[in-house]
Amino acid sequence: MQKLRQETQGFGQAVPPAQSAELIHTNTISRGTKFGFLGPAVISLAVIGLAPLAFAIWTSLYNYNLTKLASMRFIGLANYANVFSDSAFWQAMGRTFTLLIIALPVQIAVGMGIALLLHRPGIGFLKTITRLSLVIPMATTYAVVGLLGQVMFNLKYGVVNQLLGFTGVSPINWLGVPEFAFATIIFWDIWQWTPFCALVFLAGLTTVPPEVEEAARLETKNWWTILRNVQLPFLIPGLTAVLILRTADTLKQFDMVFTMTRGGPGSSTELISLLIQRVGFRAFDQGLASAQAMVLLVITIVLSRLYIRFFYREV
Amino acid sequence: MGEGTTTRSSLFSQVLLLAAVILFCLFPFYWMVLTSLKTHLVALQTPPAWIFDVSFSNYSEVLFEDNVGRSLVNSLIVAVCTTILAIGLGAPAAYALARFEFKGKKELWFWFITNRMVSPIVLALPFFLIVRSLDMLDTHLVLILIYLTFNLPIVIWICTDQFRSIPREIDEAAILEGASQWRIFRSLCLPLAAPGIAVSAIFSFIFSWNELMYALVLTRNQAKTAPAMAVSFMEGYSLPYGKIMATSTLIVVPVIIFALIASKQLVRGLTMGAVK
Repeated sequence: MQKLRQETQGFGQAVPPAQSAELIHTNTISRGTKFGFLGPAVISLAVIGLAPLAFAIWTSLYNYNLTKLASMRFIGLANYANVFSDSAFWQAMGRTFTLLIIALPVQIAVGMGIALLLHRPGIGFLKTITRLSLVIPMATTYAVVGLLGQVMFNLKYGVVNQLLGFTGVSPINWLGVPEFAFATIIFWDIWQWTPFCALVFLAGLTTVPPEVEEAARLETKNWWTILRNVQLPFLIPGLTAVLILRTADTLKQFDMVFTMTRGGPGSSTELISLLIQRVGFRAFDQGLASAQAMVLLVITIVLSRLYIRFFYREV
Repeated sequence: MGEGTTTRSSLFSQVLLLAAVILFCLFPFYWMVLTSLKTHLVALQTPPAWIFDVSFSNYSEVLFEDNVGRSLVNSLIVAVCTTILAIGLGAPAAYALARFEFKGKKELWFWFITNRMVSPIVLALPFFLIVRSLDMLDTHLVLILIYLTFNLPIVIWICTDQFRSIPREIDEAAILEGASQWRIFRSLCLPLAAPGIAVSAIFSFIFSWNELMYALVLTRNQAKTAPAMAVSFMEGYSLPYGKIMATSTLIVVPVIIFALIASKQLVRGLTMGAVK
């Protein structure tokens, strides 16, 4: 104790004798020490993650075009005005949210069903195999999922049309017709992320104290009543995590759709990330693309803030 | 008797439903491996063949003629380096977030979260322009660094959670014995946090290995990763399905092995510790 007193006095702080150990602890840590722990991570993330953003803001104020750099000039907020009046941008945004609004409820409902199925007593071996199978879709490289989609949903060579043929459905041009192409990316998104929801909910179900659940089962045989009144409170953290992460990941969605449809046919599957990629890297209009990216960034930050305020626990 | 039949029939329906789930999850994987074993002619049969003479020619072709072997090595280099870097930078930061009080802690935490949410395309554009002007396109280093933008947040979150689960009393006892904060971290807390660090390392590796967009934009030949390589097969007119699926299988199998090893911690990692 004597030693500790000396140490804290070294920092010019008198420690009242009654102060708790914890407070002494936090008070004795110098700024230098804190910086030593946090500095490297914060500085590198700032250099890699923030500096490019600053550059993007600068670019977004110019008519920056890689193929015509000589004619580059400051145009103020013209790119932003362009974004807000550009129907292509808002259509891409609309498609992104349509994908989310259709796929997410299916993923949650089916995932919950699978989780309840796995939570019921039954053949342990089969349940283990199922749990391991659920890992496969979510671990599969997104780009590979898209390439696999091209192979499986192909009009002529695809296995999906072959299987549908057995039930009498004539071949469908899944990736060649706008509506079907959009339906295909929704289906593929559901394939990849329903298992994720199932595993998250299963983890939630196992946190329900068994004695509470057994008591409830003596009261009622209705699974819906048990789910709503007994299990749901334990599922809330997982449900909010799913909601937040699926929203963010849909706004980020690029790899799977790009490798499967390139945003086509036409622009029918062009989600927001694909649109910005096309404008920036194929039309080479970096100024406009930067402005679009900034608008997307603001939307993402606002959504994250809202979600975190309502759902997420903080440090 | 009535009781017995209902359990038997409910058991039967459970078996049926679980089998359907397994089939749903595994069929695309099965089809990928199956197609990778078809020769070009077999792959372009209508309707697609289920039974055929298995051929490994796609694998030998992509590995030894089309540089896929090299792109797999590139993926490995990038994923391993970025993971080591992310742990080295992220673990101390996570410890600080778990243990120290300081101004702006909430803001810092939110900034880390936002990095996980932001679409990579937002960074890809300016990053491309900067890297291009530095003449550093198509290098491993650029990918290693940009992958930190999603790996650092993952490492920091999972590890912060892990450090918080270690009782503070351990630190305090060590402080009373005069140990420096850095020694407490290195010799006491870091070994205790090993499970969390292992999980975050696996995730960092998987996410880097799987990444496509940055690789597509920032590499050409020298540093091209395997997913970008697989996509480039799609650019011709002949649609070499067998080769594409062989490459895909080579990409996916290591990830799936990793994911199965970590399957108990998978949920925890993917939900950033929100669900254990």
